Formats: sequence, structure tokens, C-alpha cells
Amino acid sequence: MQAIFTGPVYVVRDNIDTDQIISAKYLNLVPTITEEYEKLGSYAMDGLPDALYPERFVKPGAMDTEFPIIIAGRNFGCGSSREHAPIALGAADCQAVVAESFARIFFRNCVATGEVYPVECTERLCEIFRTGDRAVVDIDAGTITLERTGKAYSLKPLGEVRPVVEAGGIFQYARKVGMMPDKV
Amino acid sequence: MTLTEKILARAAGKASVKAGDNIWVKTDVLMTHDVCGPGTIGVFKREFGKNAKVWDRERVVIIPDHYIFTADSLSNRNVDILRDFAREQNLPYFYDVIDDANGTWKFDTTKGLLQRQYGSNYAGVCHAALPQKGHTRPGEILFGTDSHTCMAGAFNQFATGIGNTDAGFVMGTGKLLIKVPETMRFRLEGRLQPGVMAKDIILHVIGEIGFDGATYRAMQFDGPGIASLSMDDRMTIANMAIEAGGKNAMFPFDARTAEYVEARTKLNGTRSHYEPVETDADQNFVYETVIDLDKLEPTVACHPDPGQRKKARELASVKLDRAYVGSCTGGKTSDFIEFAQILRGKKVVIDTFGVPASPEIVQDLQRTKWGGETIWNILVTAGVRMTENAGCSACLGGPVDTFGRMNQPGLKCISATNRNFPGRMGHKESQVFLASPATVAASALAGSIADPRDYLGN
Repeated sequence: MQAIFTGPVYVVRDNIDTDQIISAKYLNLVPTITEEYEKLGSYAMDGLPDALYPERFVKPGAMDTEFPIIIAGRNFGCGSSREHAPIALGAADCQAVVAESFARIFFRNCVATGEVYPVECTERLCEIFRTGDRAVVDIDAGTITLERTGKAYSLKPLGEVRPVVEAGGIFQYARKVGMMPDKV
Repeated sequence: MTLTEKILARAAGKASVKAGDNIWVKTDVLMTHDVCGPGTIGVFKREFGKNAKVWDRERVVIIPDHYIFTADSLSNRNVDILRDFAREQNLPYFYDVIDDANGTWKFDTTKGLLQRQYGSNYAGVCHAALPQKGHTRPGEILFGTDSHTCMAGAFNQFATGIGNTDAGFVMGTGKLLIKVPETMRFRLEGRLQPGVMAKDIILHVIGEIGFDGATYRAMQFDGPGIASLSMDDRMTIANMAIEAGGKNAMFPFDARTAEYVEARTKLNGTRSHYEPVETDADQNFVYETVIDLDKLEPTVACHPDPGQRKKARELASVKLDRAYVGSCTGGKTSDFIEFAQILRGKKVVIDTFGVPASPEIVQDLQRTKWGGETIWNILVTAGVRMTENAGCSACLGGPVDTFGRMNQPGLKCISATNRNFPGRMGHKESQVFLASPATVAASALAGSIADPRDYLGN
């Protein structure tokens, strides 16, 4: 299946830690409870300081984001191991995070949950793209295109991670390829 | 092989592994807590069935510690979810907040935040509780649903943080697929000077390699300087490997490790057999450096990330609103002793909070006397707000009624905790400066960031 995501991007800088992705005060919500999963989405990126990020990722009162793509600098998702972080992004209908680099546990949690594609870029796109710019991410072509200029920037291949995210996480993947028995 | 590679090879049943290999490893202990436990249990039941049993009930350790002393009803409920699961699975190592296995937890706000509100099984912050309760053993594999799980690397074990989905998988199978990390070596030489603590070593190291300098890597601390470091010191250092992005921290095994582990497994009746890994002559490192402990000075990581290194004496112009001592990395007995040595007989000039990491540490401080007075009372007399409710508290902000949480914008806090990204201790427009308990004490007396060496010898 193709994985192409189109829409406005939300641009953040380096070191966006898991507290900024989902504030610790919302960790009382349990992601496997459906209504709490949805609530986590409404709080996605709520921890970003208002002064630095006056445009909010999820508008006040909304449950989902208008930005299917996040563009970030280095070390996106650093800090805690809370799986609430990729889950909040996925629950808000974010589909891909394009970053210069990812923190290890966040990257792994994106893959394990299948909530969002964590894709590394090869240039400092957070200096080139602006929040609200429309872009096209083509996972298989390995490009992100800035519609404003028509210029395409290359993305690093996801390799074995891609089919796992596409399946919806490690359990779904393991069942799909026969590593685990189907649920009874 | 490096120490990390040796442990991973053994856990994978292989003669050898090398950095970059993807391997399945057997888990010795899986730890979870109140913030990630309910979600982990949710994944486990969703994937393995509602009547599924954990792979080994002796190896699942559940430690509520994060959002305990709060009136937030969802947080209180999360402790109840853990209790129901522990009862259903008949888990021997659930360190409940209350003593009634059929009860429910509700924090009583009328008793306030300072007075003890837990039963006899409560163990406090998971990373402090794991070794105290006899769950850390050299040579083993520990996975925990918390990034600071790497603290147990102090005990010559492979310990790392994982998410709920991976933890749900481990809960059902006892196994996990991981990539063998490259190892960075930090060879410690010499000895720390008065006023300089283990915290200064790790803040120095993170400043050296940067906030992501150890991403996907193991951080091995070895060399002759290790011998002078207590197990508490080693835990402080290992705890913060994650703040440089590290997968795990690793210390060699020595007589101090053996003494601690043997005493704790015996005291708690936990599994006492273990096999440490020894250092090979032939090890491949991706990075090597030597740290001369004699030359280290009191160090601070400034807002907004743990890599913003400065010397405490360069920061005298930073005025503070708060000081905080607590957490897994900075709330141990030895941390409070150092804190009290500087505060003894003096008065803090800013709001200062003390949160011991575990009930046992509360007891230590309330029983140990200096000149007829307990350390606890020395701190209270100095103006520190000490709580008996050991736990994670304001280290990670938490619900708004959390003890010590920064609820207003613009507040600046110097803290013995481990993380200082925006909003870490509460309001997203507040600032956290990370330092040793000695530097926190000196700064609490000065009202601005201060070098503890100017406050020694009273």
C-alpha cells in the first residue's frame, strides 16, 4: 500500500521532549481505554511553550490536529519512555513526523504502536519549512515536497520499520506475517 | 565484548554478539508503575486475551510511585487497576500504596501533603525501590516502562526503558527483540573533591557529549575512579544516561556491588543467585574518554535541556525562586546527607522542597542523628519542606496538586532531579536548573545559584 501524506506541516525545533508532546499531567489517561485515547490526542503537543509556539498543534476545543505532518529538528521525542507520546500524535490524526533525528525510545514506540511514521530527513528542514506550509510526504519515494516551492527533499529509508508501522504496530505485524497466532 | 555485549549475548543464548545485531533476549525482570502499568496491562490483555497469565509471576515487579499523593481521581484509579491485576495474576512483587489487597486507594487531602499516607508495602520511586527490595542483580536483563530504568546499570546489569506495547509483549512472552548498542567508554580516574558529587560527573559527561551524544548507545563507566564511588553514586550516574539519549548505562562488578546485592536479596528473600560479567581485554568502543574526577567542579545543567552545562560558580547571577531535592537520581539517603551537611544550622532563603525517594529513606533520615538531632529535623529547622510521602512528586510535574509542582510561569528552580526540558516540573513557562544536592543546598541559602565549596566546613 502507498503511504503518501498531504497537508499543512507543523514545524518545531530541536529537543522536543515527551513532556512537550504530551504534558505529564495527562499521563493519568490510559491509552488502551478508548475515550482516554481520544483525549490524549486533544492534548498532543500541548506542552510546547506558548511564547515559542503561538500557533497550537491542536486548536483549543478540537480533538484532532489540522497538521498531518510534523517537521522537527534533532532529538525529537527525547525524555521519558511514555508511549502516550506517539499515541497522542496518532490519536490527533498526525501521520508522520519528519525529523533530523529521533530519541531512541520514542522511535521504537512509534514503530511498536504503529501510531505514526517516524522518518528521518537529511537536511535541516525545520529551518526551511514554516508552520502551515503544505507538503507531500511520500514514504516509498523517500521525499517530502514543499508545495510553495515545488522542491523535494530526501528522506532516509525506513527499511524494516515501514511494514510494521503500516500493519499498525508490532502485534498486528507479527500476526500478519505469521509470527504470532491470530487472536481467538 | 563490552560489558553490555556480554550480558546481551548471554541473554540471547549466543557465544557472542556485536553492536548492530538484532537479537531476542530473555527478560529477568519486567518493572512497571502506575503511569504506564495500566496501559501495559491493557496491551497485554488485548493481545494475549483477557484470561492470559503473565509469563512468570516472580519476574513481574509493579511499583506505584508517580501520581500517588494527589486527589486526581484517574490517578488514584490507576493504582487500583494495578492492584486488581496483581491480585488476578497472584503477583508476589506488587508494592501497593495501601495494605488492604481488596481496598481502593484514595488520597486524603485533609491530611495534607507532608504526612505519611501509605501502608507497609509501599516502596517509593521504582528505580530506588528495585535495588532496595532486592530486584537488581548483576548480569541480568531488566526492562522497565520508564526511561530512568537505566539506573540499574549501576549494578552491572543491562537495564533500559521501554514503552507499553513492548512491555505488554514482554509480559506475555518474557522476550524482546533489541538491537545491540555500540558502547561508549568513560574511564574515571582520581577521586571527587569535597563539595563535588556523582551528579557533577554525569552533568559533566552530558555536557561533553551533548543531549543526544549517546543516542542508541551504551555508556560504560569504568577505570580506577569507580572504586571510590558508592552504589548510590553509581546509581546517580547511571540514572542519567538517558539524558544523553543512552540506551543503557553499565558499571563493572566489584565488592561493593556484591555487598549491596547480597544484603538486599537476603533481607527481602528475593532470588540471590547471579552471575556478573567481567571486563574483557578486548573491547570495541565507538568513543573513549578519560574523566579526571579530581578536576571536576560543581556543575549545573541550565534550562532548557540537560546538555546546557555550566559551572555553578559561573551562574551566581541566576536568581532562583525554588530549590528541590528528590527523585530517583537525587532523593537517596546519601543525597539528603550531603544536602543537610550544608544546610545544618542555617536557613534557606527560597522555597525549598525535600522528597525522599523511598519510605526507607524517610526512615533513615528520621532515625539518623547528628549531635542529638535527626537529619530530618535539621532539614526542617533549616526551612526545608520535607514530605514523608516518598515518590516521584514534582520531578515530572504531575497533577496540579503535586507537592512542589511549579504551577506559575516564570518560576526558576534549582533541582537535584534528572530532567529539565520545558515544563518538566510543572508550568511549561517555568525553568529548571539541574545540580547536585550540595549545589542545591548552597543555592537555597544564597537565593541564586551558588558553589557549594563556599559553604563547606561549618
